[in-house]
Amino acid sequence: MAEGAVLPVETMTGPITGRSLWAEARGRLIRNRASLTSIIVLAFIALACIFGPFLTGHPFDRVYPDYVKVPASLEAYPKADQIEPQIERIGARVRAKTENVAVDGDVVHMNLVSSSTRPIDERLLAYFERSDLFGPARVVERQEEGRRLVVDVPLKRQYFLFGTDTNGRDLLTRTMMAGQVSLAIGLLATFVAILIGVIYGATSGYLGGRVDLVMMRIVDILYSLPFIFFVIMLVVFFGRNFVLMFIAVGAVEWLDMARIVRGQTLSIKRQEYVQAAEALGVETKGIIRRHVIPNTLGPVVVYMTLLVPKVILLESFLSFLGLGVQEPNTSLGVLISEGAKNIQGATWMLLYPSLTLVAILFCLNFIGDGLRDALDPKDR
Amino acid sequence: MAEPVLSVRNLDVRFRTGDGILHAVKGIDLDINPGETVAIVGESGSGKSQTMMSVMGLLASNGWAEGSVKYRGEELVGLSPGTLNRYRGSKLTMIFQEPMTSLDPLYRIGDQLALPLTTHGGLSKSAARKRAIELLELVRIPDPARRIDAYPHEMSGGQRQRVMIAMALANNPDVLIADEPTTALDVTVQARILELLADLQKRLGMSIVFITHDLGVVRRFADRTYVMKRGEVVESGRTEDLFAAPKHPYTQMLIDAEPTGRKEPVAANAPVVLEAKNIGVQFSLEKSFFGKTTHVLRAVDDVSLTVRAGETVGVVGESGSGKSTLGRAILRLQPASGLVRFEDRNLMPLDRGGMRPLRRHLQLVFQDPFGSLSPRMTAGEIVTEGLLVHEPGISRKERDRRAAQAFEEVRLDPAWRNRFPHEFSGGQRQRIAIARAIILHPKLVVLDEPTSALDRSVQKEVVELLRDLQKAHGLAYVFISHDLAVVRALSDEIMVMKSGKVVERGNAEQIFDNPREEYTRDLIAAAFLTERGIVEPRTEPLAG
Repeated sequence: MAEGAVLPVETMTGPITGRSLWAEARGRLIRNRASLTSIIVLAFIALACIFGPFLTGHPFDRVYPDYVKVPASLEAYPKADQIEPQIERIGARVRAKTENVAVDGDVVHMNLVSSSTRPIDERLLAYFERSDLFGPARVVERQEEGRRLVVDVPLKRQYFLFGTDTNGRDLLTRTMMAGQVSLAIGLLATFVAILIGVIYGATSGYLGGRVDLVMMRIVDILYSLPFIFFVIMLVVFFGRNFVLMFIAVGAVEWLDMARIVRGQTLSIKRQEYVQAAEALGVETKGIIRRHVIPNTLGPVVVYMTLLVPKVILLESFLSFLGLGVQEPNTSLGVLISEGAKNIQGATWMLLYPSLTLVAILFCLNFIGDGLRDALDPKDR
Repeated sequence: MAEPVLSVRNLDVRFRTGDGILHAVKGIDLDINPGETVAIVGESGSGKSQTMMSVMGLLASNGWAEGSVKYRGEELVGLSPGTLNRYRGSKLTMIFQEPMTSLDPLYRIGDQLALPLTTHGGLSKSAARKRAIELLELVRIPDPARRIDAYPHEMSGGQRQRVMIAMALANNPDVLIADEPTTALDVTVQARILELLADLQKRLGMSIVFITHDLGVVRRFADRTYVMKRGEVVESGRTEDLFAAPKHPYTQMLIDAEPTGRKEPVAANAPVVLEAKNIGVQFSLEKSFFGKTTHVLRAVDDVSLTVRAGETVGVVGESGSGKSTLGRAILRLQPASGLVRFEDRNLMPLDRGGMRPLRRHLQLVFQDPFGSLSPRMTAGEIVTEGLLVHEPGISRKERDRRAAQAFEEVRLDPAWRNRFPHEFSGGQRQRIAIARAIILHPKLVVLDEPTSALDRSVQKEVVELLRDLQKAHGLAYVFISHDLAVVRALSDEIMVMKSGKVVERGNAEQIFDNPREEYTRDLIAAAFLTERGIVEPRTEPLAG
């Protein structure tokens, strides 16, 4: 019905700025509720992954030996039932028995009674501070020539919202770090794949003929390399390395992109506006840059949003196999792999990283869907 | 008067679009009497198709209809698709504009014909097949018993449209709705399909609703006519009365929209701009395993032409006659044999790079104003792209000034130069395409059906624009078209092409007043149904 919409006759002095197809597509995307929600959620996840690790209060590689595999909880650690056994254990090391243990807010009051005839060595009270549960102990009163001490120990309140892993590291911080790594690999590898793929595909498709034949056969040869074998070879030669992941994933994923763009280009090449440009004498580079590439970008953008989750999954898969990111750095694939090993005792270790991955993938897929609808020329 | 078989009262059709609600049809009334032919005329966007789509319950999913549509007293608006199927496809049937895509390419003709017979007519499979052969005979498909097992791609456009008509007739409908049934066909085929429809109506006695923009068709076939403009019926009445004394200015405008005026002849001593001799273009259709060409299509076969400054050479022919290929060959956009001379230079030995400096003198305007403008560039960028190539030294500001100037020259508001192509109407886009060609001040422009995709009234304006530009700049045109009305208004000399060969050539008067070839006469008859009176008026019996 675009034909019927009569343009208003305007007489203005300055040129009117038109609404490009991109602007219209953006409008349609924002009206699509599922993708708008996904964009917001994804933005939230991304921001959380970037800034979250500074706010949790736990460095991502800090080990809490007293909190190995504690479940996720909204309440602060230590829990009431953890305090007394821990105090008894420390008491034993101080060579004293604990009596009248009373938790009063953030402070624990107790009496320490020496288990021998000698007075308690107050230097040993440093054991309290060394534990992950308590702060420095303070002696309130000394009785029976130092054989009996009244001690106040402040509690160290800690939150492990996602629980901790087998080494006692905060899973929330690690999940965020993993999200950072996964998103970075996803975006960067996708960017690399698209850059190579679009230029390669557009050139091959537009030039056609023998050039096209040779260029696409090269793609076919690369396709036939087994991916895992390729990655193992890279790891063998260069060792495990973060940058290697980009190279490995990017080197494989641009092939799809090149094929898609080439197909698009073949049909765009037949469009009259390309022929018109040829009739104007525009050189090949100009046609590819001004006419072919901008018009292939619709499907490319859609494919990109679907490629990011694919790359993230691929990275997770490699990390799961142990070929990916190395400790103490982590990625969602590494976390899920660890979680899978501990599924019987510590379900949270699998649950939260998986949920994060699923949320990211869901959002990206919904955005891809929305983009496809928004860019669909049939709707115009 | 007999009870109308189909009566539309106060019908509204609205579409929910991204930019709000579009009111496509605004409260119209129509009556179709039994055995009558009614035409609905209007330009694109007038809502004529949407009216009938809503009668058939075929509106797009974002559209809905309000009001009343009664078929023999039964209300159709608001029925579920299931209930509606009792009427549509059996009593109310429709044929569409595009015969190439209305048939499913995966099924044989016979199976597609049999479907309405078995579902609506309740026939058995073998009975349906027998009836399908009868139907094909009725629409005059040669050798129907054999053709029934053909696939759609094995038939020509005209034959496919005949099959569509046969499908529509399968269950003896009361009303046949024909939505621009001949627009996509060649003119000579068009005439035959129209004759067939008129003949079938006489034999079967159904009503026909003709949706068209072609007043020639209306005048020849319709008993009554409704004229639609922007969703409203502006005038209706008996066709003869309407043509004799149109009351509404819009009707008058449609009737007058035929391109008028003649080209002033060019001086005999005008310099020759382009000379093409013995042009031949071949496409190899089949190749043997070793790459040897075994089957060759001669798209252009030994064609010569000469264009002088200020002169227009019209190239006329049906689709597949090689006229567009010829246009591309003389611009060296298509490998060809023969000789092309521009001014004093032989173009044949030049490669792509060698042609580049000459491109500014040799321009091309395409048929499809939707396809020929890159959708991601602004109109101003499109128009000035040639300047980037041929005058790379000039500044951005100067380019912008030249764009504004070119816009004025094609009578577009220069303030619109930052808009994108989809924000313009078809006629405006064609003006942009023309501006792109003339901004380089070319000497020769090849116009490849520049008006065929446009409404008649817009066509007329574009023809006038082209004529004025020619006069102002002394342009030479090669005008390629199948529409003789337009060709006549523009051309000095006309070449008629058929299957890659020139069958007739001469100056415009000579061709139109005294055509020698049968083929030329067919083309003229088809193009000037009304004006020339070559086709007998409707009251006389039609030749079978």
